[in-house]
Amino acid sequence: MLLLAVVVFNFILLSLVPGDIADTLAGESGGASQEVMDDIRRTYGLDRPFHIQLATYVGKVVQGDLGTSYYFNMPVTELILGRVAPTLLLVVTALVLAILIGTLFGVIASRRPNGLFSHFVTVLALVGFAAPVFWTAFLLIVLFVAMLEIMPLSGLVDPTTPRGTLTWYLDVLHHLFLPVLSLSSIYLASYSRLARASMMDVLGSDYIRTARAKGLGETSVTYKHALRNAVIPVITIAGLQFSHIFSGAVVVETVFTWPGLGTLAFESILRGDTPTIMGILFFSAMIVIVVNLLTDLTYRLVDPRIRSARNA
Amino acid sequence: MTDRPTTAPESGPEAVRVERPVVEFLRMYVRNWAAVAGFIVFAAIVFAALFAPVILAVDPFDMVWMPFTPPGQDGYILGTDNLGRDMFTAIVYGARATLVVGGSAAGLTIVIGLTIGSLAGYYRGWVDEVLMRITEFFQVLPPLLLAMVLVALFEPTLPTVAIAIGVVTWTGVARLARAEFMRIRELEFVKAARSIGSRDRRIIWRVILPNALPPLIVNAALTVGIAILFEAALSFLGLSDPNVMSWGKIIGDNRDYLLDAPWTVTIPGVAIFLTVLAVSLIGDGLNDAFNPRLRER
Repeated sequence: MLLLAVVVFNFILLSLVPGDIADTLAGESGGASQEVMDDIRRTYGLDRPFHIQLATYVGKVVQGDLGTSYYFNMPVTELILGRVAPTLLLVVTALVLAILIGTLFGVIASRRPNGLFSHFVTVLALVGFAAPVFWTAFLLIVLFVAMLEIMPLSGLVDPTTPRGTLTWYLDVLHHLFLPVLSLSSIYLASYSRLARASMMDVLGSDYIRTARAKGLGETSVTYKHALRNAVIPVITIAGLQFSHIFSGAVVVETVFTWPGLGTLAFESILRGDTPTIMGILFFSAMIVIVVNLLTDLTYRLVDPRIRSARNA
Repeated sequence: MTDRPTTAPESGPEAVRVERPVVEFLRMYVRNWAAVAGFIVFAAIVFAALFAPVILAVDPFDMVWMPFTPPGQDGYILGTDNLGRDMFTAIVYGARATLVVGGSAAGLTIVIGLTIGSLAGYYRGWVDEVLMRITEFFQVLPPLLLAMVLVALFEPTLPTVAIAIGVVTWTGVARLARAEFMRIRELEFVKAARSIGSRDRRIIWRVILPNALPPLIVNAALTVGIAILFEAALSFLGLSDPNVMSWGKIIGDNRDYLLDAPWTVTIPGVAIFLTVLAVSLIGDGLNDAFNPRLRER
């Protein structure tokens, strides 16, 4: 339902664009006669009434056909699937890293709410929020590429490395380091603050007092009892913010010319490649919906109370 | 305290000193030095934006000197960029685009979010259902991507950019406003207002809204910060008015020269960073001032 709305919205939105495929192609080949323009429009079905075009598009999307890219002249579905892996690699690594380290920072900080580390987490959260992600990326480039000279500047992998070998995978990891660091920095900061707050909340609750009263050590109380509940808000926010992380990936990918969906989206927008843009919007909405479902499932895993009582 | 007669208790030996809420609020705010610093920085940026043409002799697009003059050399405090334009001038003028777009986009975000959230939270039922479906719809689309598409579709002018940012960022405000309205509508004084026959419009605007404001005001600071970051990202990607100098645009124009002339990229970033930092410090200060009890924890 939601996806259908996304498809229809995209279609209406992008049909508002002044100029169509015929203009684009004619522009690239340096002008064309009226007959040729009409011919192009007929080929792409642009001469038919609006609602027919919409229905045709929706019907095709249901069958997994997102149209043909004007620029690459290949199926959008194929184009997108070829770019998904690098983006998922980047986004998922950054997200997992941000959740793990963020929670860890939060837990450490919560044990001494007024300690030095706790203040560090507060400052980190402020800095992480205020720093634009592309700026963080450029600062990291200046540090790691220009000054220390230990990291590659851009791309997914060194093209001379033979594909599929161990060196190839290691080289991808090497190239992944800076983009992941830039992207996760924002979320790491806000998750550590969130984890700290929720940890302090949980540590004040009755069942923790009970756990302590029956003589459990502080480590066991913190990591076995409290952490389980304290991590729930972090997962909630991470799930809710997934579409934002995807947005961040667009910027990070363009900075590092990472060959993923973000770079493709940016280039397609500049080229006016409507089918590709529509395809990417649809596809990313789909990923976000899947992630929201996974978030719900994760709750059940983490919080036994939800397993029995939850209807949404 | 004031010249006009008040009903405040006379200051006698036993009388409890009653502060006016505004005074108490200010006192709480001023106690937070970081919030005060944020306010001062933000005020300085506003000042720079307002008086840019008065302070500076040249236009930010004028090519004044050798390209890539390092900061401090030949009298150019922040150096020059790839076209020999003065970086300091560009930064001061850039504050204008940032504040105008950031401010109006955040305003739009709050208007849309507050309208949708308050209606959904107040009326519940099918109104809530429909409005929340719309909110969900906007939540599944990656906000920056949608904003990029919107700017590319329509002409890349400052109003378009502001509207695009407003359209993609209101969902958070809507959810917050909805939660507040749902909580407050069940409280005694709202029932009292309804029992004396107040209309819905009056209850929403005059009875519930003022009580829902504190969290929304704190959130507004966050909203401004986010809007500024969005503007920076869009203009960095070249999806903004090419004829208006902005911090993101300076970075975007010079990104290819990052390794040779790092200051052309790092300095405008500092400006964005400081502005957003200042705004969020103000937000933290407002939060503390509205909820004095939270501070004690």
